[in-house]
Amino acid sequence: MMMHLTAVRRAQQGHILTPRLETPFHARLTALSETNDWYSWAGYKAPHSIFDTELEYFAIRSTAALFDISPMVKYRIRGADAERYLNRLTLRNVAKLSIGRVHYTAWCDDHGHVLDDGTLFRLAADDFRICCQERHLPWLLDSAAGFSVEIAEETSEIAALALQGPTSFVVLEAAGFAGVEKLKPFQLANFPHLDGTMTISRTGFTGDLGYELFIDAKQALSLWDRLWAAGTGFGLKAIGYDALNRARIEAGFIVANADFITAEAALRADRERLPDEIGLDWLVDAEKPYFNGRDAIFRARDRNTLKHVLVGLEIEGNIPAEGAIVYHRGRKEIGLVTAAIWSPLAKRNIAIASLQRPFGSRVVDDLSVEIYAMRELQYQKLMKRARVVARPFVKLDRRSANPPGRF
Amino acid sequence: MTSFDTIVIGGGHNGLTAATFLARSGRKVLLVEASDALGGVARGYTFHPGYACPGLAHIVNRLDPEVAAALSLDDKNDTLAPTVVLSLTGHHAVLRGGYGETIDGVSAQEAKRFRDMRSKLIFQAAILKRFLKRCPPNIGEMAFADFATLAGAGLGLLRKGREESRDFLRMLLMNVADIADEYLTDDRLKALLAFDATLGIHLGPRSPTSLLGLYYRLTGEIGGVAGAQRVAGGGGRSTVAAFETAAIHAGVTVRTGTRVERIIADRGRASAIVLASGETVEAATIVSAIHPKATFLSLTDPAEIGTGFRRAIGNIRSKGNVAKLDLALDRVPDFPGVAATDLLGRLVIARSVDHVEEAFNPAKYGQFSQDPVMEITLPSLGDPSLAPAGGCTLSALVEFAPYALADGWEKGKPAFQKIVLDSLEAYAPGLGKSIVAASLLTPVDMEESYNLPGGHWHHGELQADQLLVNRPVNAASSFSTPLKGLYLASAGSHPGGGVSGLPGLLAARQVLSERRA
Repeated sequence: MMMHLTAVRRAQQGHILTPRLETPFHARLTALSETNDWYSWAGYKAPHSIFDTELEYFAIRSTAALFDISPMVKYRIRGADAERYLNRLTLRNVAKLSIGRVHYTAWCDDHGHVLDDGTLFRLAADDFRICCQERHLPWLLDSAAGFSVEIAEETSEIAALALQGPTSFVVLEAAGFAGVEKLKPFQLANFPHLDGTMTISRTGFTGDLGYELFIDAKQALSLWDRLWAAGTGFGLKAIGYDALNRARIEAGFIVANADFITAEAALRADRERLPDEIGLDWLVDAEKPYFNGRDAIFRARDRNTLKHVLVGLEIEGNIPAEGAIVYHRGRKEIGLVTAAIWSPLAKRNIAIASLQRPFGSRVVDDLSVEIYAMRELQYQKLMKRARVVARPFVKLDRRSANPPGRF
Repeated sequence: MTSFDTIVIGGGHNGLTAATFLARSGRKVLLVEASDALGGVARGYTFHPGYACPGLAHIVNRLDPEVAAALSLDDKNDTLAPTVVLSLTGHHAVLRGGYGETIDGVSAQEAKRFRDMRSKLIFQAAILKRFLKRCPPNIGEMAFADFATLAGAGLGLLRKGREESRDFLRMLLMNVADIADEYLTDDRLKALLAFDATLGIHLGPRSPTSLLGLYYRLTGEIGGVAGAQRVAGGGGRSTVAAFETAAIHAGVTVRTGTRVERIIADRGRASAIVLASGETVEAATIVSAIHPKATFLSLTDPAEIGTGFRRAIGNIRSKGNVAKLDLALDRVPDFPGVAATDLLGRLVIARSVDHVEEAFNPAKYGQFSQDPVMEITLPSLGDPSLAPAGGCTLSALVEFAPYALADGWEKGKPAFQKIVLDSLEAYAPGLGKSIVAASLLTPVDMEESYNLPGGHWHHGELQADQLLVNRPVNAASSFSTPLKGLYLASAGSHPGGGVSGLPGLLAARQVLSERRA
């Protein structure tokens, strides 16, 4: 008997039954999850929280936290021209990135508008990995024309974990990663795991002592188990994004398409941002060879046409100002808070905001934010004074201590 | 060693024009040309011992008056060449003057209809012509002069009344077949319009916007006569020689047989060229009068230009569609019904709009026409030095011969040549027996011989999406490029191809308008 056409189509679309992909660590995460609170991160099922955001946050700051970063988009760039290619693609000077080192960088289109930020890993002289928030394969491939490079997307092949917090080093030590104490911040090395090898870098998104671990997805669960067993005595907890988000705001890090709109995602022409408009001016290297967006960035600097600025704010009171409008002299709208928390570590009410120049750059007096606090089905409007302060809001010596502390 | 402040890459007519105007303005100019002779597609070549062709471009119909003056080419008293639209019946239509000011071989009513249409199209082409001889506006940063040009064009239209304005906007992006049907009844005349509108362009007469090609043709002039033409080399006068003499006279240093290997650039500024010999020549200004794709994809390090810019250059549609046939004949061919003096003009094989359209159809699918359309000249009649005494040369531009032939030109060329010769035989019986030698250049051959990516004589399709502010690409439409000090001056730039000298002239103006760094 013939199947009805609709039934045929449905049979061909089995993937819609499981719209979110599962990461290689999903079995462990779902077993630990008490809140069953998931969201979609680049198409993957990722936890907002595992058991309690408050306690997960304190695991990052007091013991150790394990966060699944497998959905992070990962590209491999290999070939004789890899360094030259990446130097043209990204803002910072890749020639200065030594083998076994990592740096934070960003990349722009021809108009100098930021496409994304991310971390660039130099695995060998002509072998790099780039980790970022958004997908960029067409851009990376178009950029490769004329270069001797191979570009591969390896998001699903490489599983990754962030192990962050004061006891993260001892957890690795207890797990038997001999030599991991030699890793300085932004350094990476390969370590044996079972029959193969894996990569550990001393990097993270928390501003704390921490590491990121990269492994063949097929070996993912065995790595999790190895860390989990080692971590029992050191307060190791699995965490979700909400806790990590608090830590990253304290560290002053920005998130693409949360604190700024990436050029390819922006629908409105005035939403695109130059590096200088999102606090990434320090990545722009005038001395290095040409890179995408160079002309536009320096033209905007020369002509003084930069329109926005990203700043850290300290706000009076203790109500997080998430999404609040920023005012000058209580009347003129000058920007928006893109991320805000009460910082348990700094004991300050902090925020990251995007302001329209000259506010936030030349004019920083008399700023306030308008917070709508929902109190039992009634908004209470609070006008709170705000002050531009330096990022990071929290600076921890243990993050960069050498050798890393055991605590 | 002499130092130069300006280097011009490419000794085609546009490179020579740019070099001449820059040198006249006091620049110390070095012009480098890869081949051993200047002139590019306009230079003559010998295709068989004793037989030569005046150039790939065998018709001169759009040389800019200012450029002509600079070349000391006085074209005021030129004999304008007629166009003979051949018919298998021997009853040909002959257009004389500037694009059919008078026509022989058609009814008086049809000749009048043609004149009405002609004056309409030439009026409209004149509106467009205002934009051809100035730098395209910079969208977002329009200068007063840009508004003045737009306003001038608008006023020019309104002066003729509302009806003309409406008609202009109605017709601008139409196809040539519909316009031909609107005005004419004679298939030969309609076929000529269809042929001229699509020659060198990947469009059929019924493709939308195909009328633009005819407008472009009608913006050309000779001695102030719009739409006029003459055969290249006619009267033994070489346009290329005039270009060359003017450049030398202006003080340009010319180096032929000198291939440029790359353009040296660093952090947004071009500063020198490296020759095949390994020699480096520095100059603050480099004008590249070769195909934009050759400039940016072959000569420029991709690390020195943006991803988006290089992608846009790579996406320029530049696949040629025209083949060039040269025949060495042992006698002057006989085209029955064509007067001996008219053989000095242009002969067109295109029987109807359908003929042109059907010739185009296979090109869409990577096949050549089985029944091609073509324009023919007999250059040695105007310049006897091109052939031995008693002999004759025949030059034909044949459509459609797509660059990317599905089966490849190695296999396709003999087959296509036979088809073209058979077509010619039908209009000139006995021609086949008089052939001493034949040479067919496909777009692939042109790419090879003239460093012309895609073998496209316009250096990029001359269609609505690749005109004005988008020619060759938006970021390089003002002749300046994202690399400071590097300018474009080939047919790939505004306004486009044909031996006009305009891209070279406008590029030189742009260079001179910018303060020296």
